[in-house]
Parts: sequence; structure tokens; C-alpha cells
Amino acid sequence: MALSEQDVLAGLAELVNDETGIAADAVQMEKSFTDDLDIDSISMMTIVVNAEDKFGVKIPDEEVKNLITVADAVNFITSNQG
Amino acid sequence: MTNDEIAGPIESSDEWIRQRTGIVTRVRAPEGQSLMDMAVEASKEAIEKSGIDPSEIDAVILATISFPYATPSGATMLAAEVGAGDAAAYDISAACAGYCYGIAQADALIRSGNSKYVLVVGGEKLSDFISPTDRSISFLLGDGAGAAIVGPSDHPGISKTVWGSDGANWDKVGMTGSILDFRDGKTEWPTLVQEGQPVFRWAVWEMVKVAKEALEASGLAPEDLSALVTHQANMRIIDEFAKQLELPESVVVAKDIVETGNTSAASIPLAMHRLLAEGKVKSGGYALEIGFGAGLAYAAQVVELP
Repeated sequence: MALSEQDVLAGLAELVNDETGIAADAVQMEKSFTDDLDIDSISMMTIVVNAEDKFGVKIPDEEVKNLITVADAVNFITSNQG
Repeated sequence: MTNDEIAGPIESSDEWIRQRTGIVTRVRAPEGQSLMDMAVEASKEAIEKSGIDPSEIDAVILATISFPYATPSGATMLAAEVGAGDAAAYDISAACAGYCYGIAQADALIRSGNSKYVLVVGGEKLSDFISPTDRSISFLLGDGAGAAIVGPSDHPGISKTVWGSDGANWDKVGMTGSILDFRDGKTEWPTLVQEGQPVFRWAVWEMVKVAKEALEASGLAPEDLSALVTHQANMRIIDEFAKQLELPESVVVAKDIVETGNTSAASIPLAMHRLLAEGKVKSGGYALEIGFGAGLAYAAQVVELP
């Protein structure tokens, strides 16, 4: 069953917390991974790979650079779930 | 060379570089010291430690991407410099996988009976091919050379190499232009450059699969290993690699990158040399070594430590 936007956001926030220590409730839809959350490119890729595992989606390299905000990632995952 | 010395042109800082790469210093050859000077020095040390006479060397393999002549090879000059006489000699262009490619070839040459002793050298003077303003890879890079003598043994000291390439990603690590474009004034002096994010994903999650395959091919269990010696690309890669590989705590993870930087083909032998010199591993122990980089090319094998 496909996860809701809210479930994906919560799951993603957990992954961000695991990788960076950023509080899960700071991971909000409008936040930018780089500018607001200060996540560097290597941590971002680790989060992407872990998100692939967690949500059963494939996030290609060329798509990663389009994931500017948390909402971008949540939308990509919700619309590409298997 | 410290982070402070190179941070200005990339608008960075010591803290930023340490956090993102784990590098505190990188070794750069002083003016006047060539790749060949470093390769000769490393080779002489390896020959002396092996106890053989250089005339017994049947083949000299130099893994490098920074020898400044397209031809002749650096290896022929190196063979003459170290007294290896008429040994077969050639260079390997497999970037950061080059040293492990060389070990694979030495292993095959000796097993086939073609050679008795093979000198394998990973050497780079990458500082000739960097841009002070490049934020993708230049600030990681260092210079150096490491060497090994591979010879016959009554028991296997090198496991079957697991190697390959992914040319579909040829452009992920490489040069800013060709030397022909430089000649024709279409580009600045070509320097090294990479796409960090996709390379990071490949270097960790794809290469961990290769490392596991190599360990399985060796017939050894994870707890039989003394050390993991990955290409010293970036500490973040090394840390994530070790985490994903889930080796026992008894396995020492080589982290020469902290002081030496990323020296491409030289990084694995230099990292192994440091582990041995600091007494963190013992001669006779087993190390899983894996090189990966531009090509994309990769190779992994388990070796008995010299």
C-alpha cells in the first residue's frame, strides 16, 4: 500500500536525523536540504540511498540534484512508490 | 600542505574541508621532485625489504595517470633506474584502481610461470593536474608513490581479483579537457574533476558489493582479515564503506587520507605502508584491498601483508 505524504515526511525526517543528527521535527516540507538544513552533498546521497531502501523507490543520480526542498523529495517518493 | 594553505581560492576553510573530507594535510611534491623520483624511491625501498636483487625482477608495472609523457612508458625508465635491466615494463592507466590492477597482473604473471618477481608501483604527481579553484576534487589530491615486489610462494598470498569497469560513467571522474583541445586553444590546461555525488554512491554501495565478492572469492571469513585498505578517496567514503561492509571491530580500517590526501594509484600501497610502519597490522596478516575511480574502473583482492 502506498504511503501518505505525511508518512513519507515522517520516514524521511527519521533518515535525516540518523545521518545528520538534525531533529526530525525540523525537517519540514518547505525546508531546503542545503540552505536551511545545512546538509552537504555526501550526507544527501546517504539519505537518498537509505530512502530508496526504506520506501522501495529508485532515485536516479540525475534526479538527486532536483531534490532541493524536503517537499521535492516527499513528492518524488510518493509519486514513484512501487 | 595544510587545508589553510589551499582554502582561499575555493572560498573554504580548514573546518569545512575536515568535515567534508577528513583530510587534515595532503602531501604535495616539492618543486623539482618528479613522479619518477618518487617511484624510484618507493621501488628501491620495496626491493630492499624483499631481499631480492633487482636483476631478478622480470616485469615492472607502473600504475599512474600523471606520468607526463604519452610515450615511452614511465615503467621502462623506472626499470632502468632501479637496476631491473631488461625486465618487461609498462604503465597501467586505471586511475585509482591502478595499483590493484597491477597486483592482479603480477599475480597472473607469476602463476602462469611467465615471471618470477614483479615490481608493482602506484605513483602519482597529481599536483601537476589540479586547479586551485576546483571545489570538486583538486583540494583532496596529493602526490606520492608506493611499491611492492610480488614473488612466488608455496601458499596463496594473493586471492583471485574481482575487477571490472563501468564505461557508461566515463565522464564522472576525469579531466576538464583533452590535450588536443589544449593544443588548439579550446581549453585551459586540463585538470582533474569529478561529479562528487554519483561517484560517492558508486564508490560506497556498488564497491561494497565488489569487496564482499572479493572476500568470498578468497575463501576467508571477515574475522580472518587484519585490515581493510580502500582507495583513500575521501574519509566520508571510507567511513561509510566500512559501515556498509560490517566488518568485525578487529579489522583495522586504513585512514592514511588524513595526512596524505588522495593520491590515486599510490593511495593503497601508501596506506598499507603506514599500517605496517605504525605497527597496526603484522606481516603475514590478510588485508582486503580495493581500488576504484575514474573509468569508472575497480579492482579488489585479498593480499597477505608483506
